[in-house]
Amino acid sequence: MHPSLTHYIGLSVILFCIGIVGVLVRRNAIVIFMSIELMLNAANLAFVAFSTHLGDTSGQIFVFFVMAVAAAEVAIGLAILVNVFNIRRSIHVDEIDSMKG
Amino acid sequence: MFGAILWFAFPINKPGDTLLQNALFFVLGGVVVISALCVIYFRNPIYSALALVTALFAVAGLFIILEAYFVAAVQVIVYAGAIMVLFLFVIMLLNLGDEESLEDRLSWAKRVAVVIASLFFAEVFYITIKLVGSVNAPKVTSGQPVGDPKTIGELLFTKFLLPFEVASLILLAALIGVITLVHRRSDERSHTSSDT
Amino acid sequence: MELLSSLIFMLVIAAALLGFVMLLALILVLAERKVSAYMQDRVGPRRVGPFGSLQTIADAIKLLLKEDIISLQADRKLFILAPYLVFVSSFAVFAAIPFGRNLIASDINIGILYIMAISSVVVLGIIMAGWASNSKWALLGAMRSAAQMVSYEIPLALSILSVIMLVGSLRMQDIVGAQSGGLFSAQNRWILLDNPFTFLAFFIYFISALSEVNRTPFDLPEAESELVAGFHTEYSGMRFALFFLAEYANMFAVSAIAVTLFLGGWSGILPGYTFLNGVPGFVIKVSVLVFVIMWLRWTLPRLRVDQLMSVCWKYLIPIAFFNLIGVGVWILIFD
Repeated sequence: MHPSLTHYIGLSVILFCIGIVGVLVRRNAIVIFMSIELMLNAANLAFVAFSTHLGDTSGQIFVFFVMAVAAAEVAIGLAILVNVFNIRRSIHVDEIDSMKG
Repeated sequence: MFGAILWFAFPINKPGDTLLQNALFFVLGGVVVISALCVIYFRNPIYSALALVTALFAVAGLFIILEAYFVAAVQVIVYAGAIMVLFLFVIMLLNLGDEESLEDRLSWAKRVAVVIASLFFAEVFYITIKLVGSVNAPKVTSGQPVGDPKTIGELLFTKFLLPFEVASLILLAALIGVITLVHRRSDERSHTSSDT
Repeated sequence: MELLSSLIFMLVIAAALLGFVMLLALILVLAERKVSAYMQDRVGPRRVGPFGSLQTIADAIKLLLKEDIISLQADRKLFILAPYLVFVSSFAVFAAIPFGRNLIASDINIGILYIMAISSVVVLGIIMAGWASNSKWALLGAMRSAAQMVSYEIPLALSILSVIMLVGSLRMQDIVGAQSGGLFSAQNRWILLDNPFTFLAFFIYFISALSEVNRTPFDLPEAESELVAGFHTEYSGMRFALFFLAEYANMFAVSAIAVTLFLGGWSGILPGYTFLNGVPGFVIKVSVLVFVIMWLRWTLPRLRVDQLMSVCWKYLIPIAFFNLIGVGVWILIFD
C-alpha cells in the first residue's frame, strides 16, 4: 500500500493546526515566527503531495515561491525583532503595546 | 539519530519500494507531528528552533517519498542552511532565556486557540474525508517526469516567468529592507559606543 | 523482505563508507603533521611505527580512552548531540561523490544539490556545539563560524552553478562524463580549461570551499590565538575526536568535489591512455588539492573578521555573479 493522497493532506492539516495553536498561544515573537514557518510547510507539503499525485510539476514550483516569501519574511521579521529588542529589551508581543489607543 | 537514518535513506531510496515508502511515511509523519508539537511546547526558544529543524527535515524526507527530490534538497538548503541559522543567530544575539510566567494570565488565549484550531481541523478534515473518493481515485501519470530539475527549470522560465520575477523583486525588497532596518549611521554608532 | 533487503543494502554501503572515512581521516591527520613538519624544517612524528605511520592510531586510541568531560554549565543533551550532527552530515556527503565508473554510493539526479544541502547542515551542528558549551569562546567561535559559512555558501553555489550550466545536469556522473576528454583534447576538456570563466570559477570555488571547511586563512572560528579552540573548546575525548574527524573528512570531500566538478573526476588525464584512469587518478588529483590546502595553512596568516566578510561580500560574490553571466554568454556564443 502506497501512502495515499489523503494521508498527506491529513498530515498537512495537522501540521497547519499545530502552527495555528502556536501562533495563538505563544507570546514570544520568535516562536510565533517559527509557528508561521510550520504553517507554510504544511502548505508546501500539500502542494508537493498534489503535484505528485496529479502528475503536474506546477505544484512544486509554488513551493519555491512559498520558500522565497518565507525567506524574505523571516529576514525582515527578525530584523524588526532585533530593533524592537534594542528599544524595549523584550520581544513578548504583549509588552509591545505602546501603540494601544 | 533520526537524522542519520534519513540521510542514509536520502540517496539510496528507490521509487518502487512501496513497503519502505509506507514505513518511512509513518515514521516521518510521526516525527513531523511530534517535533511540531515540541516547537510550540518548549519554553526555551533554542529548543523550539531545533525542534523546528527536525520538523523541516522530516518534511524534506516526505518530499523524497513523494519523489520530489529537487524540492527536498532546496528545502534543506533554504530552511536548514539559511532560515534556521538566521533564527538561531538572532536567538543567541538577543540571549533569550526561558520565557517568564507571563503565560499564566493568558489562559483564556489558550482556550480560544484550542477552539479555533480544532474548529479549523474539523472543517478541513470533514472536507478531506468527504472528497476522499474523488481525490484519491486517479493518480495521473503523464509521460513526462514530475519534479526533475529540467522540468522545473523549464516551467519556471516559461509559464511561471512573471511570478518568478515577482519573487526576485520580493527578495530584493527584503534585502534592502533588512539593510535599512539594521543599518546604523556612523554618528549613531559613535553615540552608542560612548554610552556603553 | 524487500524492506529488509534494502535496509541491509543501505547499512552495508553506509558502513563501508564509514570505514573509508575513518581510514581517510587517519591518513590525512598524519599527512598534515608530516607536511607541517617539513614546512617548518622539522621531522614530524617518527617514534610510533615506521616513519611515525602509526602515530595517529596511537592518538586516536588515546582520545578514545580519555575521560569524557561535560561541563556542569553545559546543556547536556545538545552538547552530546552536536558532534554527531557535524560528523554525520560531513560523512553523508560522501554518498554522492563518484570515486570511479561504478564507485558511487548513490548516483542521484540531483547529486551536487544533495551535497550542498547536506553540507549546509554542518553549520547547525557547530552552532549547537557553541551554544551548548555555555562558554564565551565556544559561542564566539560558533557565531563566527555560522556567519562565515552562510556567507561563503553564496560564492560557492554560484561557482558550482557555472559548471551546472555548462554540463546541463546535476548528476555527478554526468558532470564527470562531460570531461571525459581529459586535459588537452578539443572537446570534453576538463571544465577548468573549458573557457576563461570556468577557470576563474574554479578559484572562486576553491577559496569559498577553504572557508566552508574553516581552514587557514579562514580559520577564524577556531583561531587558537584568540578563541582557544573556537566552538569545540569545551569538548574532549571522543567527542573532540568526532569534530576532528569531521574536519578532515570535510577537507577531503571539498577537494573531491573540486576534482569532480573542474578537474575531470575519475576520468583520465589523457584520452586513450589508461594511465591515471579511474580510482588512482582520482585519488592523486584529490591528494594534490589536499596538499595545497595544507600548504596554504602553513603559509598564509589568518584574516581578520572584517576582512573575511569584506572578501566574501564585496569581492567574491560580485566576481562570482559576473563570472556566471560570462559563462552564460560564452555558452550562448560558442556552443
